[in-house]
Amino acid sequence: MRHIISILVNNQPRVLARVASLFGRRNFNIESISVGESEEPGLSRIVIVTHGDARTMEQVSKHLHKLIDVIKVQDLSIQQSVARELLLVKVGATASNRAEIQGIIEPFRASVVDVGINSLMIQATGDREKLDALIELLRPYGIKELARTGITALPRSMQIQPKAHMHA
Amino acid sequence: MTTDQKHTSADGELTGSEILLRCLIEEKVEFIFGYPGGAVLPIYDSLYYGSIKHILYRHEQGAIHAADGYARATGKPGVVIATSGPGATNLVTGIATAQMDSIPLVCITGNVPQNLIGTDAFQEADITGITMPITKHSYLVQDVRDLPRVVKEAFHIASTGRPGPVLIDIPKDVSNAKAPFSYPETVFIRGYQPTTNPHPLQIEKLHQAIAESKRPLILAGGGVVTSGADQELIAFAERAKIPVTTTLMGIGGFPGTHPLWLGMPGMHGTVAANRALLECDLLIGIGARFDDRVTMGRIDKFATSAKIVHIDIDPAEIGKNVDTYIPIVGDVKRVLEVALQDLPVSQSEAWLQNLKDLKQQYPLTFKQSDNTLKPQWVIQHLYETTGGDAIVTTDVGQHQMWVAQYFHFSRPRSFISSGGLGTMGFGFPAAIGAQLAYPDRTVISVTGDGGFQMTAQELAVVALANIPVKVAIINNQCLGMVRQWQEVFYQRRYSEVDLSGSPDFVKLAEAYGVKGMRACTQEEARQAWREALDHPGPVVIDFQVDPEENVYPMVAPGAGLDEMMLGDEKP
Ligand SMILES: Cc1ncc(C[n+]2csc(CCOP(=O)(O)OP(=O)(O)O)c2C)c(N)n1
Repeated sequence: MRHIISILVNNQPRVLARVASLFGRRNFNIESISVGESEEPGLSRIVIVTHGDARTMEQVSKHLHKLIDVIKVQDLSIQQSVARELLLVKVGATASNRAEIQGIIEPFRASVVDVGINSLMIQATGDREKLDALIELLRPYGIKELARTGITALPRSMQIQPKAHMHA
Repeated sequence: MTTDQKHTSADGELTGSEILLRCLIEEKVEFIFGYPGGAVLPIYDSLYYGSIKHILYRHEQGAIHAADGYARATGKPGVVIATSGPGATNLVTGIATAQMDSIPLVCITGNVPQNLIGTDAFQEADITGITMPITKHSYLVQDVRDLPRVVKEAFHIASTGRPGPVLIDIPKDVSNAKAPFSYPETVFIRGYQPTTNPHPLQIEKLHQAIAESKRPLILAGGGVVTSGADQELIAFAERAKIPVTTTLMGIGGFPGTHPLWLGMPGMHGTVAANRALLECDLLIGIGARFDDRVTMGRIDKFATSAKIVHIDIDPAEIGKNVDTYIPIVGDVKRVLEVALQDLPVSQSEAWLQNLKDLKQQYPLTFKQSDNTLKPQWVIQHLYETTGGDAIVTTDVGQHQMWVAQYFHFSRPRSFISSGGLGTMGFGFPAAIGAQLAYPDRTVISVTGDGGFQMTAQELAVVALANIPVKVAIINNQCLGMVRQWQEVFYQRRYSEVDLSGSPDFVKLAEAYGVKGMRACTQEEARQAWREALDHPGPVVIDFQVDPEENVYPMVAPGAGLDEMMLGDEKP
């Protein structure tokens, strides 16, 4: 099963290396990793997407807790949460099909952030499935460059809400 | 002049290296094990007038194993200092050794000045990066004002919870920078709050399981020794009537002469201990980590009809290797103290009788010989002449297993051996550390002719300071344990295990000014050992033993504990 692990850490040099190397050392796979500031000065939040059964996840969490700089570990996939990533994609575009591309990205609430002579750069945020779908729709136009941030996530405040909408 | 006098300068500020020394004095450090170099020159300059004894080893690996031996013998953190680059990288094996066996060490390395870090400067190594996977925690000090807090935290982290090595890397400019000194009185580390007290509900479950159990067994590991829980363990086993097997790291945590003791389990374990593991209905792991030298990696064949209780201070150990029925997180000593209240008695009468019979039926034995010296006999002789109270360190190999089997330690912290990493070259320097801690106890370094040659240069240290370690080389002229595996698993294709070309160990000892002796028969062995015990200084004895001898019982890796090879032991 896919898991989104949110790790609150001291904002120390090498803390990301410690966390990432722990995953490597214990043979746990990392699908994506993102890190940035948190609500508290001096603390950062690392969000890691990984795969494993319940037993592996328990081990992941226990080993993370052993790191002195780790303050809190949450598995966001076992509670309701909002998970998003940012996609930047540069697709081939001619004067004639720009409008068509605009039409495709609109339902995704994506936007054009740069225009070249033969290309457009599109920015989109959302969960992974949404961005995967968008990429598939854009593929026929020719994907010149693509970058994704990996997922960042927070638990929802009201744990009774239904699952997040695809187009949120 | 004491350190304190020298360090009170007019402006009230101290250099980083002086601050470091002050911190170590505050931590009541007795010995520093180390080796100087460019990046630690300021620290060594501060040591010059210091009140802490520094012991100069001949190799950083010797220094760190000695610090480790000191820590294992005393329970206090060992302190080692090395310079940047090659000095620091020479510590790596020692750090990993301490990490695997949960030994408290504070490893201080110098580094190049911060403006050179990352430039591949002369003698630069990213030691914090290199050692990240093998330390409990590490610090690269960037500001001299952080130094007191860092040292305080390092000692705290190294010695509490599940102990381990902590590295403090100090760039040379930090050692030279000045700051006012004050040592923090308390430590608060938000992400580090080890659980020491067990959950009462779990203790209730444990009690219930004991009361219901007919074939209970305790598997005691190094955690018993670390937490100083030996007395509580004895009381627990006796009152609940539960037999005890101690892992290699747990040896000494339960008296080797106690009627409830079954010996060591696992790969070279006793028949009684392994049968008990196979047949028990309740297995209480106490500060033991269910390592593959115990389970043989065959969880499907391990204690299959048992409810497993796992007591450990490190939650990450629980459920790592075996599924646990009752997990109890806490300091082993504290857990046993709590568990001893209202402890029920198990229904183990028949089981205990059964195991007692097995112990009698399958004792550890070897074939005696008139014309060759048997290694097991040598170990037995050392035991009989010194009792279970001597401190014995070992290297890694056959001799290590024979010490574990034939030396019956009666108290904790007296068997000192690299269990987790299995580091050759560990035993002799570790013995030096232990002897420094206990100058009046008999300290024996039982070592192989292979392992001894990995750190034999530390003979200089015992010679110079007249440290009375007794080195017993179990000399089988080969890498014995490897040879045994080649014999059993590789059809006697003895690839690269012949140690021809080893020095004359007697002359080697003498070259350092250490008393050297050789023994090829039982009579010579008795005589040499008597002389060694009477000699007030260090001694090296070259026991020339039967090179063909194997360690039995033996369970092949990947086999179950029910598939024990008994070898010569078959009665
Ligand atoms: C540093 C290191 N290198 C290699 C090994 C692998 N190894 C384990 S036991 C052994 C043989 C040890 O021979 P010796 O020291 O003569 O002891 P004996 O087994 O003969 O008692 C070797 C090479 C090790 N444990 N440590």
